[in-house]
Amino acid sequence: MAEVGQQHPIKVYLLVWLLLFVFSIASYLVDFFAFEGHLRWFLIVVFMLLKAGFIVAVFMHMKWERPTLITAILVPPLVLIVLMYLLAYEADYAWASRIVYFGDEVAPIPAPPPSHPAVPH
Amino acid sequence: MAEAAQTGQGPLTTIVDDWSSDVTTFKAVPWGKAMMWIFLLSDTFIFTSFLVSYMAVRMTQTDAWPEPSAVFSLEAFGTPVPLLLIAIMTFILITSSGTMAMAVNMGYRKRKVAVFWLMFATALLGASFVGMQAFEWTKLITDEGVRAWQNPMGAPQFGSFFFMITGFHGLHVSAGVVYLLIVAIRVLRGRYDNTSFEIVEITGLYWHFVDLVWVFIFAFFYLW
Repeated sequence: MAEVGQQHPIKVYLLVWLLLFVFSIASYLVDFFAFEGHLRWFLIVVFMLLKAGFIVAVFMHMKWERPTLITAILVPPLVLIVLMYLLAYEADYAWASRIVYFGDEVAPIPAPPPSHPAVPH
Repeated sequence: MAEAAQTGQGPLTTIVDDWSSDVTTFKAVPWGKAMMWIFLLSDTFIFTSFLVSYMAVRMTQTDAWPEPSAVFSLEAFGTPVPLLLIAIMTFILITSSGTMAMAVNMGYRKRKVAVFWLMFATALLGASFVGMQAFEWTKLITDEGVRAWQNPMGAPQFGSFFFMITGFHGLHVSAGVVYLLIVAIRVLRGRYDNTSFEIVEITGLYWHFVDLVWVFIFAFFYLW
């Protein structure tokens, strides 16, 4: 029987801590340098998954748990990908129907809001 | 995993053995920790449902979605910096995750004064996160005129999703601050001296989860 409890060298935590900062800065820079389109989405998702993976694996100790707990907790959320897929799959159709039946043109992207009151006080 | 390797079992065999052992399934896992994991699993479903419904609405929306980069910019040194406050909030939450991880580590070394101060620091960082969120909400409501049903920038649903998702997350952070303080004080008073410091790890699981959710909100709501 493995020892109850999770004791690991501090070095591992500090390394992950540093990595989280690096990935956060990287994902912030994606916005700062205004990358657009697929490159932007790809980078955002990559940095997000890296951060999430390190938090779950090291900070939440999943890396050191028995496979029984790992699968019991990490497998069920996969059904959420199905939910996401279904709604994304229908989205184009719903959007197109709204354009057709409600007759709205797609509004142009509005100018950035003024940094001062848009609404009278 | 290490144990499985010792007995020459693959992970699949271990899983089948654990589930069919007719005793505790999650071996070497205290019940409190197993329950926290199961609670976090249910919370994952709630937050993902929010984010997926946000995705569905944003994708099917015929009005333009407000540019988060511009909406959440903050003036610093006379120029608007995109997402400045959000970036600071992200770093604060990561820092608090680090102090929490150290608290858990110190817990297993039974250094309770260190545990107390690290958990206290975590709670303080969490509280400052909530404070900044309150500032962000105030700015959005009073200066930019964002409401749950309309806003001057574009799609009216922007406000409702923003307030619902970040509000629910902020509620988790606030509850976490209270939870952290309670456990930290109990640790200092010596309540767990004769048992284990497992409770620190369980509290840590909750706190890291709050940070984890923020990673997804940051990516999908603020950066997308």
